[in-house]
Amino acid sequence: MKAAVIVFPGSNCDRDVKVALEQSIGGPVSMVWHRDTDLPPVDLIVIPGGFSYGDYLRSGAMGAHSPIMKEVAARARRGVPVLGICNGFQILTEAGLLPGVLMPNAGLKFVCKDVYLRIGQANTVFTRLYRPDQVIRLPIAHHDGNYFADAETCKALEDEGRIAMRYCSPDGEITEDANPNGSLGNIAGVLSANRTVLGLMPHPERLAEAALGGADGRAMFDGLVEALAA
Amino acid sequence: MSETSPEPRQITPDIIARHGLTGEEYAKILDILGREPNITELGIFSVMWSEHCSYKSSKKWLKTLPTEAPWVICGPGENAGIIDIGDGQAAIFKMESHNHPSFIEPYQGAATGVGGILRDVFTMGARPVANLNALRFGDPGHGKTRHLVAGVVAGIGGYGNCVGVPTVGGECTFHGAYNGNILVNAMTVGIADTDNIFYSQASGVGNAIVYVGSKTGRDGIHGATMASTEFNQDSEEKRPTVQVGDPFTEKLLIEACMELMATDAIVAIQDMGAAGLTSSSFEMASKGDLGVELDLDRVPQREEGMTAYEIMLSESQERMLMVLRPGAEDMARSVFEKWELDFAIIGVLTDTGRMVLTMGGERAADLPINPLAEASPEYDRPWTPTPASPPAAAIPPGDDGPPLESLKRLLGCPDLASKRWVWEQYDHMVMADTVHRPGGDAAVVRVHGTAKALAMTSDCTPRYCLADPVEGGRQAVAEAWRNLTAVGARPLAITDCMNFGNPEKPEIMGQFVGAIEGMRDACRALEFPVVSGNVSLYNETQGKAIPPTPTIGGVGLLEDLALAVNLAFAGEGQDLILIGETKGHLGQSLYLCQALGSETGPPPPVDLKAERGNGDFIRAMIGGGRITACHDIADGGLLVAVAEMALAGNIGARVTAPAATPDNRDPRLYAGWLFGEDQGRYLVTTTDGDSLLGEAGKAGVPAAKIGVTGGGAIELDGQRMTIDELRDANERWLPEYMAGP
Repeated sequence: MKAAVIVFPGSNCDRDVKVALEQSIGGPVSMVWHRDTDLPPVDLIVIPGGFSYGDYLRSGAMGAHSPIMKEVAARARRGVPVLGICNGFQILTEAGLLPGVLMPNAGLKFVCKDVYLRIGQANTVFTRLYRPDQVIRLPIAHHDGNYFADAETCKALEDEGRIAMRYCSPDGEITEDANPNGSLGNIAGVLSANRTVLGLMPHPERLAEAALGGADGRAMFDGLVEALAA
Repeated sequence: MSETSPEPRQITPDIIARHGLTGEEYAKILDILGREPNITELGIFSVMWSEHCSYKSSKKWLKTLPTEAPWVICGPGENAGIIDIGDGQAAIFKMESHNHPSFIEPYQGAATGVGGILRDVFTMGARPVANLNALRFGDPGHGKTRHLVAGVVAGIGGYGNCVGVPTVGGECTFHGAYNGNILVNAMTVGIADTDNIFYSQASGVGNAIVYVGSKTGRDGIHGATMASTEFNQDSEEKRPTVQVGDPFTEKLLIEACMELMATDAIVAIQDMGAAGLTSSSFEMASKGDLGVELDLDRVPQREEGMTAYEIMLSESQERMLMVLRPGAEDMARSVFEKWELDFAIIGVLTDTGRMVLTMGGERAADLPINPLAEASPEYDRPWTPTPASPPAAAIPPGDDGPPLESLKRLLGCPDLASKRWVWEQYDHMVMADTVHRPGGDAAVVRVHGTAKALAMTSDCTPRYCLADPVEGGRQAVAEAWRNLTAVGARPLAITDCMNFGNPEKPEIMGQFVGAIEGMRDACRALEFPVVSGNVSLYNETQGKAIPPTPTIGGVGLLEDLALAVNLAFAGEGQDLILIGETKGHLGQSLYLCQALGSETGPPPPVDLKAERGNGDFIRAMIGGGRITACHDIADGGLLVAVAEMALAGNIGARVTAPAATPDNRDPRLYAGWLFGEDQGRYLVTTTDGDSLLGEAGKAGVPAAKIGVTGGGAIELDGQRMTIDELRDANERWLPEYMAGP
């Protein structure tokens, strides 16, 4: 399986996700500079976390206009899976590849901690190794993770099974206490209509190895490899 | 100096004084130059000879610290210290203060403190892998404290999070003596290959001097001089001398430097920190015994109409100076252009031994480099030893209450309350190598791509240092060593960040000399040398000094991270073993502070021989897989340590006081056992207590079984308090305080 990680100026989880992917793939992952316009043929595109362009205008806003994003969008339209993590999720919403916006956290502070997540949609290349309603633990680390979309969009996401995961309590309850950033409906990750684009605020690459205190993120990468390696 | 106040032509006594130079120092300048300096030259002398850059009050004493060990590659004198961590790799680290700026403008002051220390580390070729910080705030009841905590924490997070270096540990304590002068000490640890380390010594006459990074603006002019004077009511007016940080540019600068450092283009490199272009160019030339010619018109400038004086003294952030190998200029330029950073050849190395600056076709300055550097003042300031503390006051009978209530109070006091509110604002996991997150004895960060890990910690107990600087200095080093040991690491070296008051006062100088003496003893006895550091003096407001605060940043190595342990109780029914001797020393303990509302008595003495023996035993037992959890016993004493282990593991414990302190009959003895702060002690759990006690006996290490883990409460001699109740006390204080008015 071939995967590419897009590197923007200010990306800082690019190496982390490369390491996690390579662990599952057992081979190298290519890093593609944002100013490149051609992308090698790949089975998966990852937009990593970080602070692209310092998040100075608005999180993800500048990254969404980088030259490479045209090609990312074209591939996404052709059904190539695209995974956006944290700042990558912000870029995907800014680029219009995913609906909604990520606003500053309700607490107006950066928050880095482990959260519990309930899998909402397991029938995707990203979440296929999780069970529906399975509770997993992953870290978040963001200032702008407060997901918002208008009522119509939210209903569509709900009806079409496009909410990939929601923040929950350790036993899977979707509660206000379990919501770390004020996201509407505790939404932590959303899918495109064809479910081949996933944006999520939590970092699966940070808990993909037992030595780091948890490996719930690994199934996302293993699942992608299983699905796309053919 | 600004556009509205044209630069003076005449050097008057007033101008000399405003540059922080004494009459004697000015006479020396006249002597070196053989003429009057112009204003630019005077400015250069003033920053180079400032306390901050010249260490003129501290040098004599710093030289007495041990700086060598077989694993030390480079000690103090470079941008950061370097130690060998095996397999051709080195850890490069340093801690630095940013106290004055953080008090004036907490967000930017703290943020640029992080930026500056990061540059000290990556300028040597190391990729920064971890940040730590030691924060000392004033009394929580003081009007400014909440605002300062909020700003400093947001600033550290804002910078470190964006740069993408995890902030993994540190300290955050409160004391009224810091009301007018908080401390923000930032530490960075990086990793480099030992065959690809970069130094600041320039070489090669004719080689290009290259400026990279951000443009130069008027911010931070005279920051180094500000850091070398006391505060007064007008300090707010110094806000414009606080620099403004841009972590995004720093991130690009790291990546661009790393990319260029992978080639052979760089001869020497130095970040522009305090005193900016002045000190970086001086240092590079001075170390290489060379001269420099700089054309200041070529310096990338953010503002129009900047003078030579302003360009040389600006402390604009995210800038570096490099000497390139001939012919490498174009390649280097393309790397920096890729990262959208400024790149300008601003001068050339000469063999004249002089710094010659030109601007607008005119000579702006012409100074001899080595005489200026060598003649930098060094003072043997008068000092008086700190008088011994009278014995600790007794707690009036009945004031101490039931021990578990005292425990709950201690866990909720500002110094011991959970700092989760702080470290959840720091990205402590980016780079995906954080093994032990904040909240334990030492952070543990894997060396990327290996099974090794670095342990790191920051320590100092200012109330000990105030009562007895010698013992306090000894304790700070010993505690850092102990914290590294408690996770199973081999302590390798320290960086010191020496925060003191006005050294011109003999009693303050005495505190400095005393702390150095104690540190020296401990560094020697523990083979724990100083490899880098920073001195911050004049930490006074309205004539009131902070307590002496020699913050120690320690780094240790775990050969196999799988063997690391942490403080969390790992299972039920395990034996709880106390290692080290307990005499029940209550002087300067937090327990006494809480009960009496004041600090009295001498601090607990550190027996360095016992410290070494106990620590070596602990490390051997962790390495042998005999210990399931380990915690050093520090502030608050034994019962606090038990509770912290219980909270971390969410498992309770039943604790029994030894027969020597029976039945609460002697409350003083009992309190001493529970809350005394005797040094050199650890609390460990094991599945086989008898065998561990046997090993301790063989090693001659004092050890006693004091209880067993299990249940959901701490039980002590028939009393009981649930973990939930203790956790609530521990977690509640800081968020509630910060949510206040």
